[in-house]
Amino acid sequence: MTESKYMTLNMGPQHPATHGVLRFVLELDGETVITSVPHIGYLHRGIEKLMECKTYWQSEPFTDRLDYTSGMSNNLAYCLAVEKLLGIEIPKRAQYIRVMLSELQRIAAHILWLSTHALDLGAMTLFFYGFRERENCLKLMETVSGARLMPDYIRFGGLREDLPDGFLAMAKTFIDDFPSRIDEYETLLTKNIIWKKRTQDIGILSAEDAINYSVTGPVLRASGVNYDVRKAYPYSSYEDFDFEIPLGTKGDVYDRYLVRLLEMRQSVRIVKEAIKKLPEGPVRASAPEYIAPDKNAVEKDIAALISHFKLMADGLKPPVGEAYTSIESSKGELGFYIISDGTSKPYRVRIRPPSFLNLASIPRMIEGALVADVVSAIGSVDVVLGEIDK
Amino acid sequence: MEPIYIIIEMIVKNIVVVMVLMGLVAYTTLLERKLLGYMQVRLGPNRVGYFGILQPIADGIKSFFKEDIIPNEADKTLYVIAPGICLFTALSMFAVIPFGSTITLFGREIKMVVADIDAGLLYVLALATLGEYGVVLGGWASGNKYGVLGSLRAAAQMISYEVALGLAVIGVIILAGSLRLTDIIAAQQVGSWFILKYPFGFVFYLIAGLAEINRTPFDMPESESELACGFNIEYSSMKFATFMIAEYAHMFVVAAVATTLFLGGWSGPFLPGPIWFLIKVFAIIFFFIWERGTFPRLRYDHIMHFGWKVLLPLTLLNVVVTALLVALGVL
Repeated sequence: MTESKYMTLNMGPQHPATHGVLRFVLELDGETVITSVPHIGYLHRGIEKLMECKTYWQSEPFTDRLDYTSGMSNNLAYCLAVEKLLGIEIPKRAQYIRVMLSELQRIAAHILWLSTHALDLGAMTLFFYGFRERENCLKLMETVSGARLMPDYIRFGGLREDLPDGFLAMAKTFIDDFPSRIDEYETLLTKNIIWKKRTQDIGILSAEDAINYSVTGPVLRASGVNYDVRKAYPYSSYEDFDFEIPLGTKGDVYDRYLVRLLEMRQSVRIVKEAIKKLPEGPVRASAPEYIAPDKNAVEKDIAALISHFKLMADGLKPPVGEAYTSIESSKGELGFYIISDGTSKPYRVRIRPPSFLNLASIPRMIEGALVADVVSAIGSVDVVLGEIDK
Repeated sequence: MEPIYIIIEMIVKNIVVVMVLMGLVAYTTLLERKLLGYMQVRLGPNRVGYFGILQPIADGIKSFFKEDIIPNEADKTLYVIAPGICLFTALSMFAVIPFGSTITLFGREIKMVVADIDAGLLYVLALATLGEYGVVLGGWASGNKYGVLGSLRAAAQMISYEVALGLAVIGVIILAGSLRLTDIIAAQQVGSWFILKYPFGFVFYLIAGLAEINRTPFDMPESESELACGFNIEYSSMKFATFMIAEYAHMFVVAAVATTLFLGGWSGPFLPGPIWFLIKVFAIIFFFIWERGTFPRLRYDHIMHFGWKVLLPLTLLNVVVTALLVALGVL
């Protein structure tokens, strides 16, 4: 063993604060971090390659397993990419429901982030408060899709089916109640002097650094850069909705906390508006060569039955070409790049996971920080390893 | 009085006090889990017996039957001794704490305190310091880097807060004019409780006491999210349980000392002494649990700053002011 002035500390892959199987190798001088190297890949499942070996239909469930805290957003991103490839127009009602559900998913993901982040810093009670609301939010997901985390409700051309009866009332109850719950979280943390001490001026990422590291999502906005895919490149009718992009000033852990709390409030606003403005109409585009007909029609109409059978047996065959779309998921800009060679399986699928790029900025944040700050920095970036390792 | 009776009395007292204390400590863990459960919109343990009443026993049996692992890297002797040091000091501290006046059994007056020594307070402080050695040695001897970090933090925190703790109780010594805990209680029975005469001392004592027993927001040696349990990371089976018992026993002692020094000890109207004693002790323990449910964890260097730059000057000032007031005859 060579003599070294510093202690090498292996943090992870099994460590309570690294949120999954992230591994950090830290060089420590006492408790001060000299260098830090993140190691990833412990959760690699080869999702991109798997998607190339399955038909377009069959690939959708893989996307749930990327960022497993926001399945609905991942489905949306993938469906948008395929729809762009197919060149089909989605009915307004389906678009609004998509917006509503992805905002609810954002709320669920942010609550999960807030709970675990607070737990990392020792605020145990908030963890349970957060999970209480997240449970209500996941119940909404379950009501529409039958699954809490892996919904697959958003399909090519629209939605699997229309919203179930009573869903809007349920969503409205949750949304009306939720802002008061955010206030409850804030009474525990926002002005808590210990919380401020642990988060303010910790893990600072300047706007310039954030751009250079290709950081997106709340981390980027906390550094004061006004970039949100929902505003910059609106998709799924986000341009119809009235909402603001909360921005931070300093780019420290506290700003990221505030930005996410404000984002939850904005999401509440969007969901409210979506419920109010929700138009009537079909929830699935009419494109018989790509989109399977309604299940009711299949039982009555022979043409629909044949088309359904053909699509399910062969898979849909998009025209040759390529498409990239990105959405603002709860972590940042989530993009799908798909190349089609005209067969029922994509030639190449490339996923741009926001957490992967955000993770790269952590070593920059924790230069010269203490071990305790490493925990708050990792927590504040909100990495999900399913998405990083793919 | 024949010496044999004194020896028998001592042995019986020791056994009774240790047994009762262990029982109370076991149920303090249940109390903490239940109270935190209610604070955090959940139920807490409720499967083992009605209201989870057998949970501490189930925990004990479980940890007894777990495999006892000693890492290869560990310094075996120290590794085995460390939990013992913690438990021994925590239990011995209780020897000087009076929990009632006297009872008459078999025609003998028996004082309800194991050892009524004249330097009682000093004895408590000395053993509290000694108890930290268990934490420091345990973390260091387990040969784990997280353990070492936990130990280093424990050592630093110990030194910083011992000073403040000592200074916080000096005012009580000035007011009572004695280090003997029974005298301190007697002085409060004559006048008012020292919490009224010396309120800041009580606050400082509680803060330093929290740091002393390594509880949130000062749970640096453990800090489960950063150091993955710190000093006891490698411990398993009964050794781990011993650390836990020691931690809760220590918490009990800190609350008992606070009761004795500031809340008039066992004295109170109507109810017998030990009941009053327990009511007051559990009131303080309730506070410890409550703040655990409320606060995030402080950072290590903030704790050091707070200890040396804020708490120490304030406690010093408090002592000087109290001494002046006593000298002027105000208190």
